[in-house]
Amino acid sequence: MSAIGTYFYNIFHSLYAVVVGMKITIKHIFTRSATVQYPTVKMKIPERARNRLFVKIDDCIGCEQCVIACPVDCITIETIKSTPDMDLGMTSKNTKKRLYIPRFDIDIAKCCYCGLCVWPCPTECIVMTDVYEFSEYNRQNLIYSFSNMTVEEIMAAQDRLEKYNEEQAAKKATVAAPVKESPTTSTSIIPATPPPIKIEPPTAEPNED
Amino acid sequence: MEFIKTLLANQLIVSILMSTLSLIFINVMVLVVLYTEMKVAAHIQDRVAYMRTGWHGVLQPIADMLKLLQKEDIIPTKSDKLLFRIAPFIAFTGTYVAYAVLPFSSIYIGSNINLGAFFLVAAGSFVVIGILMAGWASNNKWSLFGGVRSAAQMVSYEIPTSLAIIIAVMITGSLNLQDVTKFQDGGIGNWLVFGGPLPWTQKLMLMPFTLITFFILFVASIAEVNRTPFDFPEAESELVQGFNTEYSGMRFAMFYLSEYANLFTVSAVVVSLFLGGWSSPFGTLMSGPVWGIFWFVVKAYMFMLIQIWIRWTLPRLRVDQLMFVSWKVLTPWLFVCLIAVGLILVI
Repeated sequence: MSAIGTYFYNIFHSLYAVVVGMKITIKHIFTRSATVQYPTVKMKIPERARNRLFVKIDDCIGCEQCVIACPVDCITIETIKSTPDMDLGMTSKNTKKRLYIPRFDIDIAKCCYCGLCVWPCPTECIVMTDVYEFSEYNRQNLIYSFSNMTVEEIMAAQDRLEKYNEEQAAKKATVAAPVKESPTTSTSIIPATPPPIKIEPPTAEPNED
Repeated sequence: MEFIKTLLANQLIVSILMSTLSLIFINVMVLVVLYTEMKVAAHIQDRVAYMRTGWHGVLQPIADMLKLLQKEDIIPTKSDKLLFRIAPFIAFTGTYVAYAVLPFSSIYIGSNINLGAFFLVAAGSFVVIGILMAGWASNNKWSLFGGVRSAAQMVSYEIPTSLAIIIAVMITGSLNLQDVTKFQDGGIGNWLVFGGPLPWTQKLMLMPFTLITFFILFVASIAEVNRTPFDFPEAESELVQGFNTEYSGMRFAMFYLSEYANLFTVSAVVVSLFLGGWSSPFGTLMSGPVWGIFWFVVKAYMFMLIQIWIRWTLPRLRVDQLMFVSWKVLTPWLFVCLIAVGLILVI
């Protein structure tokens, strides 16, 4: 095509392109917009989405598997052993609970929502819910405490444990004590003084080569 | 406007009143255009914009203006302080002054000078100086590039603008914008874009040329205002903000204001030259001094809508393509139209 030909072709071609473009955009002015207006309208999130953690503290046996599994160390658990005479109840999986849990803190600000703490739990008491709107103004409010023991209960449990330990220690002491208190009854098989050992000089017996 | 003059009998007060009126009009119009632009842009892109400030965001432009007003005024240390400070105001003055010769209605025109169209072109050049000053005084490579490119673009697009104005003026015989509009009074058939109120033989011969002139004027006026697809000076993805980079707060607001005011000015020029200004398209129905303002603003607003529509359709032209379009496409076609219109009018 000659230069003049290209020139005219370019002009009309670009005008046509402009018109085509404008047709498309005006069609889009009248299409429904795809915006979800968030605070008033919320989108559905998937069924197994991993969001805020929740702990059913009645099921927790204090095994601390979740603490070990957490990659960012956001779970803190403290346990107190219970004494054999106390009955803490059963978990939902019908195992006996043996530990009091005075402290079960999850620092949700540190949590990375990986879900690694959910799987090792033997009673499935730590779960990920679908709550994702939990911002706080104060960072301290983001440390969630799941334990439901009051201070008196904690003190009582600690006292009971101490007492039980003392009793056990005392029992062990009374078992060991009768050995030392009557040295005169010499029914022991260990003699008081060992008998002298006579050492004889070796005889010159040539048959022991 | 004459009766106000006789009413107050004092030229100074009348001038101040007229300038304030234009300023108020600019402010209100800019708010409306800002809102329109945001909403139209959003719906073209299949999204909604601004739903939370006021009903569907009508208070958002006011919020924007308030935000710009209370921002800190940062002036770079190594910049040319005087030029930096006055550049936005010069750019705004160039735009604002053009409102004096726009015929809003049959009884209202700020200044009824016999050189209206010529004055418009001259005031447009004033804006170029403001932008050059802004680009240079910012002490920033990219602002300099933006300013220089903008100056080149505006200067080279003033040629097609002036030529198109000359063609319209040739048909009517007067540079006064009010006379041009009065010439087209009487209904849609009388509009200059369709050949003007001439005998039908001449009109038929004129019509293709005036149509082409009208389109070229429209294109050149978009380029005058530095809008996409001609917005190389403020190529937002390349030069940060072009010559606007170092400006913040009220100074930036001045540039912004002058861009939208300029938008209205060039739309108004196109409308009053080719589409009958304040005259009603139905002839005598809905015509009169007050209806005149309504028609003028509505027609200019239609043009601004088309400009916004184009903005969100087309990609940006490269700077050499910009120059190509101006010098090698718009100007030759306008010369052809000029000669043709002149011949037809003479015969």
